[in-house]
Amino acid sequence: MKKYLPFIVLFLGAAFVFKTLRVPEPPAGSFNLTGFGRLPVLVNGRIKPLDTVARTSLLAMQGRQRVGTPEISQAFVQSPIEWLTDVLFAPNKADTYPVFKIESNEVLDVVGLSAADTKIQYDSSAKRFMAVLGFLPSSKSRFSFNQLQPKLAEIERQAQLAESVEPAIRTPFQKQIAHLREVVVLYQRLKHSLQLPDSPSFLTEVTTFQNALPAGVAAVRARQKGEAHDEPAFKAMLEMARRYEIMENFAYLLAIPPADNEPSLTAWSNAGQALLETFATGSVNPTVMAYATLGHTWRSGQPAQFNEIVQLYRTQLTKRFTTPLEKSDLETRFNAAEPFYSSMTLYAYAFLLAIFSWLKWPEALGRSAYYLVLIAFTLTTAGILTRMWLEGRPPVTNLYSSALFVGWGSVGLCLILEKIYRNAIGSVAAGMIGFATLLIAHHLSLTGDTLEMMRAVLDSNFWLATHVVVVTAGYAATFLAGFLAIIYVVRGLFTKSLDTVTAEALTRMVYGIVCFATLFSLIGTVLGGIWADQSWGRFWGWDPKENGALIIVLWNAVILHCRWGGLVKQRGLMSLAIFGNIVTSWSWFGVNMLGVGLHSYGFMDSAFVWLVAFVSSQLVIIGLASLPLNLWRSFRSQTTAS
Amino acid sequence: MSDFVRQIRDFFVSIRLTVVLLIMSIILVFAATLAQVELGLWGVQQKYFHSFFVMQEIPHTGITVPAFPGGYLIGGLLLINLLAAHIYRFKLEWRKSGIQLTHTGLILLLVGELLTGLLAEESLMRIDEGQTKHYSESYRQYELALLDLTNPSYNEVVAIPETVLAETGTIQHPQLPFKVTIKDYFPNASLQRRAQAPGTPAARATAGIGPSIAVLPLPLNAKESEGNLPATFVELAGTEGSLGTWLASPALSQPQTVVYQGHTWEITLRLRRYYQTHTVKLLNFTHEKYAGTDIPKNFASRIQLTTDNQSEDREVLIYMNNPLRYAGLTYYQAGFENNDRTSILQVVRNPNWILPYIACLMMGLGLLLQFGIHLVNFSRKRAAT
Repeated sequence: MKKYLPFIVLFLGAAFVFKTLRVPEPPAGSFNLTGFGRLPVLVNGRIKPLDTVARTSLLAMQGRQRVGTPEISQAFVQSPIEWLTDVLFAPNKADTYPVFKIESNEVLDVVGLSAADTKIQYDSSAKRFMAVLGFLPSSKSRFSFNQLQPKLAEIERQAQLAESVEPAIRTPFQKQIAHLREVVVLYQRLKHSLQLPDSPSFLTEVTTFQNALPAGVAAVRARQKGEAHDEPAFKAMLEMARRYEIMENFAYLLAIPPADNEPSLTAWSNAGQALLETFATGSVNPTVMAYATLGHTWRSGQPAQFNEIVQLYRTQLTKRFTTPLEKSDLETRFNAAEPFYSSMTLYAYAFLLAIFSWLKWPEALGRSAYYLVLIAFTLTTAGILTRMWLEGRPPVTNLYSSALFVGWGSVGLCLILEKIYRNAIGSVAAGMIGFATLLIAHHLSLTGDTLEMMRAVLDSNFWLATHVVVVTAGYAATFLAGFLAIIYVVRGLFTKSLDTVTAEALTRMVYGIVCFATLFSLIGTVLGGIWADQSWGRFWGWDPKENGALIIVLWNAVILHCRWGGLVKQRGLMSLAIFGNIVTSWSWFGVNMLGVGLHSYGFMDSAFVWLVAFVSSQLVIIGLASLPLNLWRSFRSQTTAS
Repeated sequence: MSDFVRQIRDFFVSIRLTVVLLIMSIILVFAATLAQVELGLWGVQQKYFHSFFVMQEIPHTGITVPAFPGGYLIGGLLLINLLAAHIYRFKLEWRKSGIQLTHTGLILLLVGELLTGLLAEESLMRIDEGQTKHYSESYRQYELALLDLTNPSYNEVVAIPETVLAETGTIQHPQLPFKVTIKDYFPNASLQRRAQAPGTPAARATAGIGPSIAVLPLPLNAKESEGNLPATFVELAGTEGSLGTWLASPALSQPQTVVYQGHTWEITLRLRRYYQTHTVKLLNFTHEKYAGTDIPKNFASRIQLTTDNQSEDREVLIYMNNPLRYAGLTYYQAGFENNDRTSILQVVRNPNWILPYIACLMMGLGLLLQFGIHLVNFSRKRAAT
């Protein structure tokens, strides 16, 4: 059993990953929502699948992708795309889904929701009991559009008041009400994307419009010339124009691909614009018609027709949009597989296995942990590569991707350490850092689509690939050195497992990683200076982000000089390396909270709290590291033994 | 060697000093970063980095005391420490070559930054589509310009820099037919119509628009975003006595002129101008956005570059991450305004710009070499065991 354990773990890990990659076939005779979700639209400057729009909208509105309430174990919809399909085509139904998250009582007061509205009535007594104990929530935090509707005007008024205040110094109430208004607008705009939500049957409306068009246009022309004209036909045209202008102004999705004679592949328009163009072209845009028909078949429950139209529209698109289609197919697959989520799970198991390997079966458990880290690392690599291909960019383009890359880089170094030393320390560190960075990334992804367009000055793949990647690798290495030092302190202080060999091995690891960190953070910072010289005319400008990177370089230099000058021994080196965690976390996140942290502890309030908590925890560990040696279990046993 | 000299030497070559100075520089950079919220970038640079001591006011007393060593002091000491340690311990050894290369690079970088601070000149060129400009303007320095407008094809300019204005006093310039007396100078002031500001002291200006305007001195703004608008009272005096006292300020949009000995002179306080020997004409400015968003994709200025002696006359496209380097100057796309019809170019003269590149190359190679040597030794040792 012991001998085969690593292979069993390897097999189970691989099976777990393969399961997430499999795409379930929709049962025959049902709506092919996966296919629908793969259809591309242009949002925020990028062509992306509807599936991504569904997921990022839900994350922005309610911080998760599942649509449901705690009272009922069954979710309202099976997938984010099913929710979006309802929003787009059956808004009356979607209006009843609780997808607006409101946590602040002050905001609830403004919205007019009382304690009676938020109280959860569990259907089973067991659940009621759990709620009393606090294991289940006792009040709701997600509400439907119908619940907000009576107070929309008040939300708007309050949000306008809040937005007159500079974002950095808004109170929590002002921030939340502004955010609520933002997501209500997003929701309304989604509803206006492919049809008008007040239209009983948009397909009928558009068909009527198409049929009435010749007579209507004639009436308008006649009137313009001052001739006798068909007044009802004229009025009908005016009414249509008014309605489609609303759509033009509100629609969120640019769902209509450019016409065949349009050279630019990014000149997509929204359904309202396309309908208004009908007055000039004389016939309704086929894509608008296709989506209207999809809406009709969705509402009337005709999956076969629905699936056929999705297929026809796709075939139509393949003529000019082969690559965007390939990308949106892969992106949908990527969304469903959630590789970073799976990796997080694997890292957690690897961490536990590696820890246990220090207590029992070092060879078998250590090897098992190593395999799990390897699988998770491969999976994150694949995930990052996918994102790079989708975006056409180097790996780090924003804070979210920097979290992915810091984790990836640290784990990569851990794998090298583990390959050399085979003492499970690399796997423990990999599990810990891999898990933590992916958790951070998950929280950073709640703001919306993480594949963003790069602002003009950052639009340089050369510098993104060199400066940003190298400096992020420097962050990763500095963190790794700090975490290895934490392992040293915890093992030495609380267990007897830190023997001289392990302690020396850890010291060499930390020293080596600090060297690596110095190299990368220095070169990265300097490359940043050269980029700045190339684009702004100054090598160094004392900008907060530059200063953050400089502090990391200086700190690593301090560690190396202390070591070379013999100012610190093992434990001193460890304390300095742990302080490196504080320095790096400040440069990574603290700098972004500047202007905030000082005024109102604003943007990312919770992130600021976490930063403070992290810094404090590191200070505590440094304090522990400086406890006298006779309190260290590992060293005490050695002294008594000798 | 006396004990005292030895002690001083030991102090300056010690690695402890290096560590202390490095830690102090970390504290300095950290404090300066936090202070940026209040002071702005430029103010922070002056207070923390371009100074020997960070001066701090004791609250409620108005007394400023040195609170912490500033950038010049820490940087200077680091430089001395580095040089001293290298001279003292220098040995030509393969094992140490990487470290030596890195530190030499660092010395170059520090020296380079000092030179940049002393020599580099940054200015802005704000240019409308179709406009041709011969000069760029300072970010925050002003000058009092006296322009002889008599000749229609060119203007004679005598410019008095802000530092001279601040000293007040009388100036006699060979190109000026009159004496210029700076009666008062306010680095930052707000101007109000006298009618709307009752109770202000009597007007000091006697000519131009000045008599109808009240000048209220303001404290200096350190923040870059909230610039300062200076004001000055200037008296011109010819051989037959005073021609009048004018109020000059960039806040006054109407030109003020005086006719003297048949020449028309304009008096204006404006941003300091840097004249070049070539002209820049903005042919057009483009501001691309990503489809369906307001996210900027690119800014680009297509310009016509013409030298005064007509040796060059060509089109150049300046865009993000792609500046124009010409005649010791570098033109960068810095911004735009006026509904995309005005482009703002940053113009930098930095004779020293190449030094950081060399320094960086040396440091990178040095570290790579050093850690490479470490790594080879490490794997040799492991292979041996």
